[in-house]
Amino acid sequence: MTMRVALFATCLADQFFAEACADAVRLLRHLGVDVDFPERQTCCGQPAFNAGYKAEAARMAAHTLSVFEDAEYVVLPSGSCAGMIRSYYSEISDEGPALDLGKRTFELSQFLVHVLNVETLGRGLSGKTVAYHHGCHALRELGVDSEPIALLSGAGAQVVPWEADKECCGFGGLFSAKLPEVSAAMADRKLDTLPNVDFVTSGDGGCLLQLSGRSQRRRVGASGVTTPFRHIASALWEGVG
Amino acid sequence: MSRVNPGAYRAASARTIQNEPGVRDSVGSATRTFDANRVRAFGQIDSERWRDWARDVKTHALTNLDRYLEEAEMRLLANGAHVHWAESADDALRVLADVVARHDIRSAVKGKSMLTEELGVNDHLEQLGVRVRETDLGEYIIQLLGEPPSHIVGPAIHKSLDDCRRLFHAHLGTAPDATPETLAAAARDALRQDFLAADLGISGGNFLAADTGTVALIENEGNIRLSTSLPRVHVAFVGIEKIVPRLEDLSGLLQLTARAATGQPIGNFVSLIQGPKTNEEVDGPEEVHVVLVDNGRTELLADDVAWEALRCVRCGACLNICPVYRQTGGHAYGWTYSGPIGAIIAPGMLGLAKALPLPHASSLCGACVDVCPVRIPIPDLLLHWREQAVEEGLTTTAETIGLKAFTALAERPDAFSAAGALLRWTPWSAAGRSLPILGGWLQERSAPHPSQKSFRRLWEEGIE
Ligand code: SF4
Repeated sequence: MTMRVALFATCLADQFFAEACADAVRLLRHLGVDVDFPERQTCCGQPAFNAGYKAEAARMAAHTLSVFEDAEYVVLPSGSCAGMIRSYYSEISDEGPALDLGKRTFELSQFLVHVLNVETLGRGLSGKTVAYHHGCHALRELGVDSEPIALLSGAGAQVVPWEADKECCGFGGLFSAKLPEVSAAMADRKLDTLPNVDFVTSGDGGCLLQLSGRSQRRRVGASGVTTPFRHIASALWEGVG
Repeated sequence: MSRVNPGAYRAASARTIQNEPGVRDSVGSATRTFDANRVRAFGQIDSERWRDWARDVKTHALTNLDRYLEEAEMRLLANGAHVHWAESADDALRVLADVVARHDIRSAVKGKSMLTEELGVNDHLEQLGVRVRETDLGEYIIQLLGEPPSHIVGPAIHKSLDDCRRLFHAHLGTAPDATPETLAAAARDALRQDFLAADLGISGGNFLAADTGTVALIENEGNIRLSTSLPRVHVAFVGIEKIVPRLEDLSGLLQLTARAATGQPIGNFVSLIQGPKTNEEVDGPEEVHVVLVDNGRTELLADDVAWEALRCVRCGACLNICPVYRQTGGHAYGWTYSGPIGAIIAPGMLGLAKALPLPHASSLCGACVDVCPVRIPIPDLLLHWREQAVEEGLTTTAETIGLKAFTALAERPDAFSAAGALLRWTPWSAAGRSLPILGGWLQERSAPHPSQKSFRRLWEEGIE
């Protein structure tokens, strides 16, 4: 029997990383998974929750719970939104169903390694040098640490050590707009320590927008192009070869 | 109190980042060194179990606060110390003024203490005509500069070695390129005179053991030992949350605090003070006053979520790991306690309206959760204050309307995706700058590019 996965694209990736979401679908299908996209999905509620709007977050959680009620697995191209569902839904909605959904919910690389038991995808990243940014919630809420790195290296990439790889990029949802100066200084620390690589990748679109947006702003007027920032779903799909 | 203005956090942090890049460099490298030392020191013990234990001891003490405080008072009195209860900063300062008047105090030496900073002890003493000298090297540096501490453990970590060279050259006549050892020796010489002249010694208290009435003090330079033993009179200001049940508890707490703070197995000096010198003793003060200070702490204790912050042992580990703190150091936070711990106790101690936006000065990255020796769930407490701010209507109208509208859309998938399509029509770089949320984003970053088509569209069209 084929495994069925419901993709939760997440509101940010749906709009800003649509191709990466499509690559996630291609990747999952390539691995023999039947992918579904429940159409009523919207936002997991994290932006409201983190800003202190608990009632609003609870409404979005209730909506999301109903959307994915019957899904065998829910896979997200975002460690942060997966972390929201896993760690906080039980606080703001019906505990039983929330915990149940939490158990079925995975960030993409986590799903590949822990559920599909993928060891190697292919050799599509041979000869590429890559820096991996650990999204804070993937790392600290989900415990996703070696998984993406193993998948990238398994596909032939050389994952270059990055001094600040586990430090926050400064995105933090509304934080980046409320305190833009501090947020940008945090991104600068990441960019100042970034090794010379073919591309930077991460499992969270928010972090990628923050880092690439800041990187472009810093280069305005200066010569040269910025290091490309790519979503891990696209990097891994390329890894299949 | 020297200055309480958390409300200016955004402007102050922006100013530091833009105008004083040296601060970010000094704070960044000092905090990374502190943290690397902590990692090593935690690695040498079963830190997970120690932290569970420390959390439980402090929680137990806080849930029986009244009982243990009374026990401590009884013991201290029996030991011959004076005990004062201070509900507010003013109460605490009044105790000090009485001591100064009764003993005709002219000069005082002081060991590093955040509580005395919180209370504004130095300013008050100067108003009373008492010359007060900070004797911790870092505190001495910032006293010469006329600045408040910028870190709980390293008050002068925002200063570089060159800053100190210039300062000591001007004040103490050291060579412009003096080595750190020479600078320390010069400070020691200058301070010796102050120690000998002082008739009052002032300290804080890291812990107060109830069973024996013992004030415990941790330090590395020996200046607290001197400040509390040379002068005739010693006044210790101790926050009521510093209580622990037994002297025995100190053995673990002193070690864990030192490991978390500086990576040392224990501080170079630990002083355990139970009262004035006895008849058989040669050294020590004739009079010891212990001032038990509330100043907002019982209000924090009454909050059914945020009370956990009172377990804090002020080790500074959460500051050291915090990527937000690292960009500015502590001054931007606008009051005594900065970094993650400052952001979670400010609303309880100062009132939420006054403390904003400190609970927002975090990306909720969670790095502090892994380091706190007493396991304070800092991100949860930040969220708690943010929720409180929403409930009390302390948010901006634009934000509230924005989030409510977003939520209403998120419950109606068709409308949500229609609204998403509008992103492609958003005037990202031009008009966007004047919008509340987008404007903040665009100020520091290039405009993000929405995908040509949303994933939903790609899905509908079919993915190959
Ligand atoms: S909150 Fe925890 S880590 Fe931060 S200063 Fe207090 S005890 Fe140390």
